[in-house]
Amino acid sequence: MDGTFYTLQEFMTYTEDVTYILIVAILLGMLGFWIFLVERDEN
Amino acid sequence: MSEKAAVASKSFFTPFNVVAGIIVIIGLILTALRFTGGLAAVTNLSDYNPWGIWIGFDLLVGVALAAGGYVTSASVYLFGMKRYHSAVRAAILTGFLGYALVVLALHYDVGRPWRLPYPFIIQQGTTSVLFEVAACVALYLTVLFLEFSPAALEWLGMEKLRNLITRLTLVLTIFGVILSTLHQSSLGALFLIAPSKLHPLWYSPYLPVFFFVTSVIAGLSMVIFESTLSHRYFGDKMDENHIREKDQIALGFGKAASYVLAGYFAIKVIGVSAGNHWHLLGTSYGLWFLVELFGFVALPCFLYAVGVRDKNLRLIRWTAVIAVLGIILNRFNVCLIAFNWHLPSSERYFPHWMEIGISVFIVTIGVILYRFIVTRMPILYEHPEYSDSH
Repeated sequence: MDGTFYTLQEFMTYTEDVTYILIVAILLGMLGFWIFLVERDEN
Repeated sequence: MSEKAAVASKSFFTPFNVVAGIIVIIGLILTALRFTGGLAAVTNLSDYNPWGIWIGFDLLVGVALAAGGYVTSASVYLFGMKRYHSAVRAAILTGFLGYALVVLALHYDVGRPWRLPYPFIIQQGTTSVLFEVAACVALYLTVLFLEFSPAALEWLGMEKLRNLITRLTLVLTIFGVILSTLHQSSLGALFLIAPSKLHPLWYSPYLPVFFFVTSVIAGLSMVIFESTLSHRYFGDKMDENHIREKDQIALGFGKAASYVLAGYFAIKVIGVSAGNHWHLLGTSYGLWFLVELFGFVALPCFLYAVGVRDKNLRLIRWTAVIAVLGIILNRFNVCLIAFNWHLPSSERYFPHWMEIGISVFIVTIGVILYRFIVTRMPILYEHPEYSDSH
């Protein structure tokens, strides 16, 4: 991908691909952050 | 002068009263200039920049920072977190004064303030986002007045009316959450009609979501910030219950703010990705965007988390200041700095000193009213005749 989009289809395919990967990473990250936030609660 | 009169005179001329008095006098002079000379006499507003700091700060920041009212009352009355109950009245009061001052500031900003009620009585304009904002702010100000009124009625000794309004608490809380959700997001939606004027890094179809989520962060952080200041300056007014619960409030609200900030950071990154704006991050505006994102979103998120893990209340309270500054920066960026970003610098807006003066005047009125109410009404303590009755 050289960064040039000729159609909306190309733009959407590229941005949605990246965004979906990000969403999976964020969901895992939010889970990890929640554990970091509450892990000392019992103490 | 008798000794009694000398003591009274000395107690009146405190540093706070002197500074506030000077600001109020200057503010009244500026008010006279504004309403006799028009907007051009006191502002740098133009056709290019019709919204200045009276909208960017007084309205957008004011509404966001007043969100503590609905956030706290929802936590306590809807989600059943009774351990935060002592924060409710102070948060409601801050919200009520915040919204009242937003409406006051609007009178300065609109060209013909006497037409403010027109949307309700002359022409409804129901297709306008501003109509929705106006309707919600007017209704929510009424709700906040009713939510605040039990404290004033206890002070005035009007028991029957106080008991009647207290019975409406749950309904008022639900109204408050609904109305806040609507207009906090609608303030972001106002910018959806200007995609070519707002810099792409700040413009997003998700702007209403961004504004609503940041209002929750602002509400949580303002409760911590306001509680810290109240304890410092009005500690003698607090009863044992308030003093005992204030640390728990900072820990609980800090934890919530940390997680909401993490979520906000995530959706901001998704916003950049959805618009494929990665290449803009290397520009000067991009660097400023990163300052906001990492300095005022990621940093307070992390500091809140560390403060909560280590039970470090001092860190949590300082982080609340960073988070509040972050909300102010975000609203300034959307409304002023990244707005009309393509205009030459000669056409860009910078507030006139008298605009800043009016804003300082309005904030000072809020502080004076807060001080007047807190030192007289049962806000930071339970009225002995009504303890455990709400």
